[in-house]
Amino acid sequence: MSAVVALSNLLDARQVWRGRAVPIVEGEQPTGWPMLDAALPARGWPEAALTEILMPADGVGELRLVLPTLARLTQGQRPVVLIAPPYLPCAMGWRQQGVNLHRLSIVDAEEKQVLWAAEQCLRSGSCAAVLAWPHQADDRSLRRLQVAADTGRALAFVFRDRKHLTNASPASLRLELTTTPSTAIWVRKCRGGNAPSQAIPFDSVQRLSSLCRIHERKKQSA
Amino acid sequence: MLWACLLLPQLALDGVLRHRTDDTPLVLVDGPINARTIVAVNARARAAGLYIGQRLTAAQALLARFDAIPYDADEVERWQQFLAGVAYRYSSQVALLPHAIVLEVSKSQSLFGSWAVMERRLRSDITALGFRHRVTAAPTPHGAYVLAGVSDGQTALSHEGMQRLLDDVPLSKSRLPTQAMDTLPSMGVRRLGQLLRMPRDGLQRRFGVALLQAMDRLMGDAPAGLDLYIPPDGIDWYVELSHEVENIAALVFPLRRMTGDLAAYLSGRDGGVQRFLLRLEHRDRIVTDVPVGMLSPERSADVLFDAARGRLEQVQLPAPVLALRLIAEDLPSFVPAGRDLFDERPANALPFEQLRERLRARLGDSAVHQWGTTIDPRPEHSQHVATEDEGPLEPRPRPTWLLERPIPWRGALHIVSGPERLETGWWDGGDTRRDYYIIETDMGQRAWAFCAPGEQSGWMLHGWFA
Repeated sequence: MSAVVALSNLLDARQVWRGRAVPIVEGEQPTGWPMLDAALPARGWPEAALTEILMPADGVGELRLVLPTLARLTQGQRPVVLIAPPYLPCAMGWRQQGVNLHRLSIVDAEEKQVLWAAEQCLRSGSCAAVLAWPHQADDRSLRRLQVAADTGRALAFVFRDRKHLTNASPASLRLELTTTPSTAIWVRKCRGGNAPSQAIPFDSVQRLSSLCRIHERKKQSA
Repeated sequence: MLWACLLLPQLALDGVLRHRTDDTPLVLVDGPINARTIVAVNARARAAGLYIGQRLTAAQALLARFDAIPYDADEVERWQQFLAGVAYRYSSQVALLPHAIVLEVSKSQSLFGSWAVMERRLRSDITALGFRHRVTAAPTPHGAYVLAGVSDGQTALSHEGMQRLLDDVPLSKSRLPTQAMDTLPSMGVRRLGQLLRMPRDGLQRRFGVALLQAMDRLMGDAPAGLDLYIPPDGIDWYVELSHEVENIAALVFPLRRMTGDLAAYLSGRDGGVQRFLLRLEHRDRIVTDVPVGMLSPERSADVLFDAARGRLEQVQLPAPVLALRLIAEDLPSFVPAGRDLFDERPANALPFEQLRERLRARLGDSAVHQWGTTIDPRPEHSQHVATEDEGPLEPRPRPTWLLERPIPWRGALHIVSGPERLETGWWDGGDTRRDYYIIETDMGQRAWAFCAPGEQSGWMLHGWFA
């Protein structure tokens, strides 16, 4: 029995087929951060998929990362839902970032109901983006969110502590925010491409300080 | 003028059947207790040989098991009123005749299209609600009513056309005063056309003025003399269940019917409902009330059903349920949500209102809300639960997360910018004097913190620039 079989024979007999990478469609959901967009395979958030944002502590810029997107969506009169946020969203602060509060709904949910509510919102197809802060989310529940986001064609964002980084996740995109030595974004996983090996500088302060500067200028001119 | 007539030949039976899921032989009976006769039969009972006018005892000899429900005239009237409410969406002139509803449609044609289109819509509405019906149209309401009694679908758009159709109607179906109808056939007058051509003075001498008046009303020579239907301002619907229900799941079917009816009624009235009450009735006049409230007036059947079911599922039944009642006293006006022509949402998307009501039904009435800004500079009072948000934009930076109450911060920090002095609140006793700074902690977090004026110690954390 000859051990050598020509590959072309196998291919012709359709016993073997060549796998092909799924073409990445350039999405229409820019993050609002050009350097991050450039690093992501879809040139923005993966559409109709789950994005996981991991952070070492609250207040390191996790909202500023998504606020340009939320501002764009709510200005376009598309509903955005926050589920069980850890603090009160400061209405004025969100308005300053350009968010249209008419389209921003906040859902207070108990810990056990957070994932249910997130799934309902995502699956409904009526939300443009859903942000959730689940305390306990395992692989299975995240997978459910991923499927629901796909069904409802919505952007799903899940904010979690950095300690979950070691666990595998079904999210299409995993971003980690780091603060030392400076604030940066690490792409830990992105479907449809290799994660960049370097951190993306995240100069989140800029927007804030530009706001301060405008204020200073106003004060001077007054 | 064009009047449509909606004849409801089986109103009593349809009203009973639509709340039943099982297809068992069923009859409606009426008459004195010792001589009950059948007044309506469903298809299964008819197939078994039961017929209208049969004695109940005879029917029981024919068929061992069937449901006999007493005929309820009040119930029939309620259903007729309900359907008049549904018909009200097509015309402001709706009147009730025995077993029928007539409505003036010529003026509604500019809105709904020609009569053929309107007829199709009317039929599909009534069919969806589960009522058998006949629809006819004629220039006079009584003319349409007589035509409906003969056969379904007759349409006469002109007086001449109506005359032609009426000519062939047997006198027995002409709905004219019965006294004359008994005598005329023996005089050789069998068709309505013959009667209409007879000399009027002779008819008046023989049969009195009542017959002529009825004929004039029929042909439109005299006013129709109808009392127009006025939709009530509140509703109170009652459904008796066919058996004792111990499980909430068994209430879902009648509930779906009721909320569907409510939606049909509301669109007839061009209104919505924001809160209504489901009352579950048990034995001994014990009731369980399930209030259903929504954030804004709604009238879509799915939204109403979803909201009601969500509330109902949380109820612990203390006893079996015998009847279900739906009470809505306040029916506010309804403004439908605007939809984008180039809507990018998936085709099967749920309306956002429905999603919101679904969340509220499970998580609690206050679980879903929106924030709006106020003009109060104090952070504690700077926002409130609101749907409108029209205040001026604050020029100084504000955080994105606000702590519900400030907490002391003892960690290391350095000041990024500040201070911004807030010295306000004297008018309501909540006097506040603080210097706010944007600070950065050693973890790289950006925070909004304050301390006593001019001190830069004893930091209180009040928000995060997340």
